[in-house]
Amino acid sequence: MSAVPVEWFLVLAALLFTIGAVGVLVRRNIIVIFMCIELMLNAVNLVFVAFSRQLHSMDGQVVVFFVMTVAAAEAAVGLAIIIAAFRNRETVNADELNLLRW
Amino acid sequence: MSPVLFVILAAMLIVSALGVVLQRSPIRCALALVTTLFVLAVIFLFLDAQLVAALQVIVYAGAIMVLFLFVIMLLNLQQDVRAMAWLGARVVAVLMGSLFLLAAVRFFVYPLAPRLGPGMGGAPPEGFGSTEQLGQRLFTHYLFAFEITSVLLLVAIIGAVVLAKRKLA
Repeated sequence: MSAVPVEWFLVLAALLFTIGAVGVLVRRNIIVIFMCIELMLNAVNLVFVAFSRQLHSMDGQVVVFFVMTVAAAEAAVGLAIIIAAFRNRETVNADELNLLRW
Repeated sequence: MSPVLFVILAAMLIVSALGVVLQRSPIRCALALVTTLFVLAVIFLFLDAQLVAALQVIVYAGAIMVLFLFVIMLLNLQQDVRAMAWLGARVVAVLMGSLFLLAAVRFFVYPLAPRLGPGMGGAPPEGFGSTEQLGQRLFTHYLFAFEITSVLLLVAIIGAVVLAKRKLA
């Protein structure tokens, strides 16, 4: 059944996290940047679940439960901020939302 | 999980995650993200995390993604001709990403590997990953964190309503 070692899952999660991080850096649309942040959160969840299975401890899965709750709260508030920003500036391009620079 | 199955699922996961980053239209990015979340839920199932897999589909692929699609359609975004940063920034980002990946594997996974033992640590105890087991842990050891979470959600609800509300004239 469990022929795959836990390291494979760690490498897969690292790959997923990297894709999310690169996505945050290269995309201009803040909604897509937000989705890439969700990718990174999910990569971390994968590590927690893999270690939870390896160590036979439910604690990892409980932490994933909390991460999902925080992600839901973050998505709700973040998207509300995006709507408010769009209403003021008529754009969701991260390059044009630069009032807070310097 | 057999290695063949793992490779298939991992390939689907990586391809759909790349879709989130590479697709130009935000709607297509969102659909790629939904695919990623579903594949991840399948992987969770194979890791004996049944409740987490179900929550992944219901909360993530359901609630959160509907919120994303709703905002994308509300803002009526057209396909962006300049979806990406300029070429130099892209090259630097990919380089830094590869560097991070190499560092994570070399300095975290590689030294850890000998201490982890072979396989996934043998068969889990009866009922591992069930709602009952997770609930028992959640409502005893993590009870305080659980209660704090409800406050967090309440703050998030109020914050979202206040932020998205049209300004009073």
